[in-house]
Amino acid sequence: MSDDPRFGLRRSVTLPGPLRLDGGVLFSPVDIAYETYGTLNADASNAILVCHALTGDQHLASEHPVTGKPGWWARMVGPGKPIDTNRWFVICSNVLGSCLGSSGPATINPVTGQPWGMQFPVITIRDMVRAQAMLLDHFGIDRLFAVVGGSMGGMQALSWAATFPERVRAAVVIASAARHSAQNIAFHEVGRQAIMADPKWRGGAYYAAQDPPAAGLAVARMAAHITYLSEAGLTAKFGRKLQGREAKTFGFDADFQVESYLRHQGLAFVDRFDANSYLYITRALDYFDLAEEHGGLLANAFRASKARFCVVSFDTDWLYPTAESRTIAHALNAAGAPASFVELSSPFGHDAFLLESPELDRVIGGFLAAGERP
Amino acid sequence: MTLRPDLAIIASHVNRGARILDVGCGDGALMAALRDQHGCDARGLELDPVNVAAAVGQGLSVIQGDADTDLADYPDDSFDYAILSQTLQTTRRPDWVLEQLLRIGRHAFVSFPNFAHWRVRASLLFGGRMPVTRLLPIAWYATPNIHHVTVDDFRALVKERGIAIEGAWFLSGDQQTGSGMANLLAEHAVFLLRHDR
Repeated sequence: MSDDPRFGLRRSVTLPGPLRLDGGVLFSPVDIAYETYGTLNADASNAILVCHALTGDQHLASEHPVTGKPGWWARMVGPGKPIDTNRWFVICSNVLGSCLGSSGPATINPVTGQPWGMQFPVITIRDMVRAQAMLLDHFGIDRLFAVVGGSMGGMQALSWAATFPERVRAAVVIASAARHSAQNIAFHEVGRQAIMADPKWRGGAYYAAQDPPAAGLAVARMAAHITYLSEAGLTAKFGRKLQGREAKTFGFDADFQVESYLRHQGLAFVDRFDANSYLYITRALDYFDLAEEHGGLLANAFRASKARFCVVSFDTDWLYPTAESRTIAHALNAAGAPASFVELSSPFGHDAFLLESPELDRVIGGFLAAGERP
Repeated sequence: MTLRPDLAIIASHVNRGARILDVGCGDGALMAALRDQHGCDARGLELDPVNVAAAVGQGLSVIQGDADTDLADYPDDSFDYAILSQTLQTTRRPDWVLEQLLRIGRHAFVSFPNFAHWRVRASLLFGGRMPVTRLLPIAWYATPNIHHVTVDDFRALVKERGIAIEGAWFLSGDQQTGSGMANLLAEHAVFLLRHDR
């Protein structure tokens, strides 16, 4: 093990910046909370950056400090796992705008000494990637062996290859898209309106009162959570089964198990996530349109890239359906990039990328290992 | 691992280091051989997701897709060779697929089972039944082969479309056989084609 204090679990760094954001703001300083796994080799050529999804965090394969649960991708990342920490140095950092230690609306604005709240600048997926690039500079890593991500993490992986083509040798893009569709934006707007309609939101200035808009955030999470599951999955898990009762109550309690489940998901979420971060990150997702950043032609995003690409979708994912991944694969082909694309079968909808999937393991493990071929 | 005889013929006639698109690449056996033994930059297109996962797991670049529709997305002349082995007879529009292969690749290898082989003819003539043979092992109602083609049919099509035949190899069992009586004696044909442009 390396005894470099920069590396390990539950680390953070304040980088001077400034970071020039897509919105035009020069942001500084930049706090980044992160974890690393495995050992960086002498020529810093074995680094894999794993990018997390909307409500994910840097606790990739370590116990979550709030929930006490295992890391969100502990089944994928570790010694002997597909992303093998015996071979690779794995980095996961909390995205800019989030609330697990990186700069976001809940962190202190150094100018006012108060939490940023809605004074925090609106950020983009590319801004998140630029912040990650600053972290790699801090580590002395010029070039990533691979960047890997699912959902919003996949968008970061695409943005990495497009924004820093010389710094990425391989990109794995799982259950993701090259832009947010009208439907994606619509669901996010429901979530944002639920938060902002909660009187406790107070224009985003709720930190001092220590009384966050939990009800609004819970509703936002409930609506979003539906999009992460498949209709068939919900039916298999809950159907029309009643929750701890023999008959309907003719009231508005959670009669149905699916209601009880969603309420639980909503309540559990507010303990670990900041409502303003939810606003900012969903906005970043909605603004994401990689083709738009490259003259309207997605293939142009990949022309300068020398990376290998692996794109994976799931057949029951209706949040980022296979057609979105196919669009990415077509653009990669048109750009002449070495690209693989596969649609895997799963009953679990969008969340499939987080769950047990031997085929996904084989695809990711094989794709990454191929990068070590002479 | 030994390659299927038609794939071995293709592999032995591909220039070292060539850019290859294998359409209907299966689990990537030919691509892996071309990459490992011939230094080729090989890409694949394959319909079956289980095959794609197996190929990607070997580090090959394979796109899951359908030759009948997805070839249109590849740029002109982006490969030295486009390869279609044992797949032509399963496509909805073999003539369109052939045109696409020669648009995408400067050359194309096409291999297919010959429906005019004497065993097939005998089965129809004497048995009155659709043939079930070593190369056509699946009954008529389940076979993926929807456009049966003979060596002479194929020659006629390429002539009509102004496609030049740069090479032709014929197989009976695992042995090569002559081209003279190929339409009768070859179980399997491999053609190397180039568009006259």
